Amino acid sequence: MSDTASQGSRHIRDIGSRLWIISIWTLLIFFIVNLFGIIGSVLMSSFATRWLRSWLPSGLTTNWYVSAWSEFQLSDILFTTFQVVGAVVLLSGLLGVPAAYAMARRDFIGKRAVMLLFLLPMLVPPITYGIPLATVLYQAGLGGSLIGVILANLVPTVPFVILVMIPFIEQIDPRIEAAARVFGAGTLRLFWTVLLPLLLPGVLAALLLVLVRTIAMFELTFLVSGPTSQTLVVALYYSVFAAGVRAVQSIDAMAVIYMAITLIWLIIALRFINPTQMVTRGKQARA
Amino acid sequence: MSARNSFQSLRLDHVGRTFGAMNALRDLTLEIKRGEFVALLGPSGCGKSTALNCIAGLLTTTSGTIWLDDIRIDTLAVEDRGFGMVFQNYALFPHMTVRGNIGYGLRMRGVTKAELERRVDAAIKTVRLESQADKLPGQLSGGQQQRVAIARAIAIDPPLVLMDEPLSNLDAKLRLEMRQEIRRIHKGLGGITIYVTHDQDEALSMADRIVVLRDGMIRQVGTPEDLYLRPARIDVAEFMGFRNRIHGKIAGVSNAPIHQAITIDVSGTMFEGVTMTPMSGHDVTAMIRPDDLIPAEDHQKGIEAVIEAIEYRGRDFFGSARAANGMELFFRSERPVAAGESIRLHADPSKVLLYDGQAE
Amino acid sequence: MSSAPIPFRTRAAAHGFDGVTLLVIPALLLLAALFLYPFGYGLVLSLRPKDGTWLGNYFHFFSDPFLYQTIATTLALALPVTAINLLAAVPVAFRVRRMQHQRLITTILVLPITLGTVLVAEGMLNYFGPQGWFIRTLSLFGLGSPSSVKLVHNYWGVFLSLVITGFPFTFLLTLSYVSGIDVALENAAATLGARAAARFRTIFLPLLVPGLAITFCLSFVQAYSVFPSAVLLGAPAGPTRVISIAAYEAAFEQYDYSLASAIAMIMGAFQLIVVVIVLMSRSLFYRGPAAGAKG
Repeated sequence: MSDTASQGSRHIRDIGSRLWIISIWTLLIFFIVNLFGIIGSVLMSSFATRWLRSWLPSGLTTNWYVSAWSEFQLSDILFTTFQVVGAVVLLSGLLGVPAAYAMARRDFIGKRAVMLLFLLPMLVPPITYGIPLATVLYQAGLGGSLIGVILANLVPTVPFVILVMIPFIEQIDPRIEAAARVFGAGTLRLFWTVLLPLLLPGVLAALLLVLVRTIAMFELTFLVSGPTSQTLVVALYYSVFAAGVRAVQSIDAMAVIYMAITLIWLIIALRFINPTQMVTRGKQARA
Repeated sequence: MSARNSFQSLRLDHVGRTFGAMNALRDLTLEIKRGEFVALLGPSGCGKSTALNCIAGLLTTTSGTIWLDDIRIDTLAVEDRGFGMVFQNYALFPHMTVRGNIGYGLRMRGVTKAELERRVDAAIKTVRLESQADKLPGQLSGGQQQRVAIARAIAIDPPLVLMDEPLSNLDAKLRLEMRQEIRRIHKGLGGITIYVTHDQDEALSMADRIVVLRDGMIRQVGTPEDLYLRPARIDVAEFMGFRNRIHGKIAGVSNAPIHQAITIDVSGTMFEGVTMTPMSGHDVTAMIRPDDLIPAEDHQKGIEAVIEAIEYRGRDFFGSARAANGMELFFRSERPVAAGESIRLHADPSKVLLYDGQAE
Repeated sequence: MSSAPIPFRTRAAAHGFDGVTLLVIPALLLLAALFLYPFGYGLVLSLRPKDGTWLGNYFHFFSDPFLYQTIATTLALALPVTAINLLAAVPVAFRVRRMQHQRLITTILVLPITLGTVLVAEGMLNYFGPQGWFIRTLSLFGLGSPSSVKLVHNYWGVFLSLVITGFPFTFLLTLSYVSGIDVALENAAATLGARAAARFRTIFLPLLVPGLAITFCLSFVQAYSVFPSAVLLGAPAGPTRVISIAAYEAAFEQYDYSLASAIAMIMGAFQLIVVVIVLMSRSLFYRGPAAGAKG
């Protein structure tokens, strides 16, 4: 193998790999530019006096926020949203964390079946189980009510908390609990003084994720909610669906309010978690 | 095999590597002859793994050059260097059998099937894994995985085998066994082995030559005997187990047969020792191994100290004591002594190494 | 030693049942009531159609082109989108894997997932609309005009929305699998003479296949159940009348819960079939840990 020949082939290889890298970056940057374009056009439109047939609106105003607030009765919708989200976060924590603890610490007969039951609502998309679920809730007289919306939203969030918490609990050494028992801590004291402080970071991260997901959960809320139990994202859907009834800027103002609320919580959540955790579902889903 | 295997030496010429503002490796210059087993020794963060990765090509150098005879290799890609490497966690391909792992490098070289079989068999035989050849790495014990990692590295007949703390994940007994095993394999190959470790015993027992690194710089290069008996600097001595560090002042100079001997004054008591470095002033540091510091029978000799703790080691006792000036001393005693007892500790002058200055 | 009766508690504990195990019960009951029961109820309900026959709903579905074509419509959207997202996600994940500002990219990409399909749909109506920035840019470079390029209220609108929310999802999952592979494995392959392409083929690909199969399943199931963007960005009466729209209309416009349940069951069955096929083929590959033999 002569030196120049090997250098020549290496040269071609270098150019090839550089082209490959450049094309991948181009792809990614193109995607991100369009993403920002989509978000940016909503933002721009919500401040536009008039925006037709031009790159930029003819003038800027904040009036649409005022009109959206009253037109869409946003104060009611926001109150409903916070009620739903608050209740879902609280309940999925109360139900999910103890269940995760049991799943992480005990090996019992039928555990695999239970695990499958926790996994399924994460794998089956909401619209698939949402229709039978909505049917049952309407039969039970809970359709359209706030309670119905909260219950429906618990179906994906409780398993989510469980799946996020199981690996977190598993990495806490059980000997710490044993040590606390040796020193005479009762079950309740053990929970408050040893377990809770250890679990808190994991619980916080899981519940923040639940919070962000529930604000954005459209399908289940949409199928179950009635006029008095709409959350912000469902109200947004209805107003986009009925486009033409309201000014587009007014809808965009609502969209920006929705976006702001989601993003604030996302930013808070990202202080505690890695963005990849938004999509991975605990280690069981990986196995 | 290839022409590269008739090489004579590996040369590192002022090799350096920085990470941002940090100098991980500075001005490493070293020549290693064919057939040598060289250990890079130092505490963690000393730059030994950086040096190894630069030679392997897993890290690019930021200055200097690396040569195999007259071929410059630091500009080559990892895959073009053809060195064998054994990783700390073995890095075996979990989805390939032992055979698949060992034959990987040969397959990448497009070796014929018959040749591949023959050389994989030879490598398996070298590491004595005949009965495990068709298992997956996950089914093997740590020691067996280690052997696979070595066989995989040597199957490609590399001029250089690089080992990055290969024994650190094994238990103590297996580690001793593998030391001899690796020595044997090295001898059989006849190339260069560069071995990174933080374990002095490992380096002393395996290497032909030891390179002590600290803060990214070479502190001493020498045979195991050199390092054990004649560390060139205080920090090297400390790393080689000279735990007693005693400050004193020069009180007298005499010319002993081999080394210049100096008598030093340690808060009033006299110590005699061998000079390791040229003396520039009056301040001297004496370094003594705990095993060489023993209770003096003669009540005129040695430093007076009070025993603080004592432990029985079977053949003898190991203790720590505190001198009047607050200095802590570690010593060995053949006769039973007890904590609280006051004794005088001294050492044979040939075992007391004297270094210039009292700085760190 | 005559056997004293073993207390029930001890026997239960031997099988893993004690006070701690009971903590699982509230969550279990909730999911049984709100997930399992509705599914069972829906199944039974779907078998009791208005016409009184047993499988009437299912016959109806598969004989009415307006209904059964929704499956083809949904697959025509979900399969290409999932394939494209996955094919793009793998090389991008490999690039981003060793990047210093990885978190910046992952944070940006998590935005569309968090904001959700409804907001993305509203944004796309502006951005990809005939007067939106995208088509304006195209016509600026002479690549099209508002009259020749239509990107909303048709197949492509839904397609693009599934790429915009689906690609980040696929990418982040892929990235987590790619970063799960020990870097030392790649280094080892490189020292043994494997070039980048060979390393990908012989080391990464076999170790990634199980993860990619799961990623494909999850991405596909999401795309398959597309709903809000199919309504808002597509042509819900025609080319993007996906199966979830059919189910929704049956339930909430015709109030035929029995037919709606049947459609939901069919939707679930199709997802299950694809998932099972993919996961079965995955067992042909290595499935152990990808972190090197010793964790």
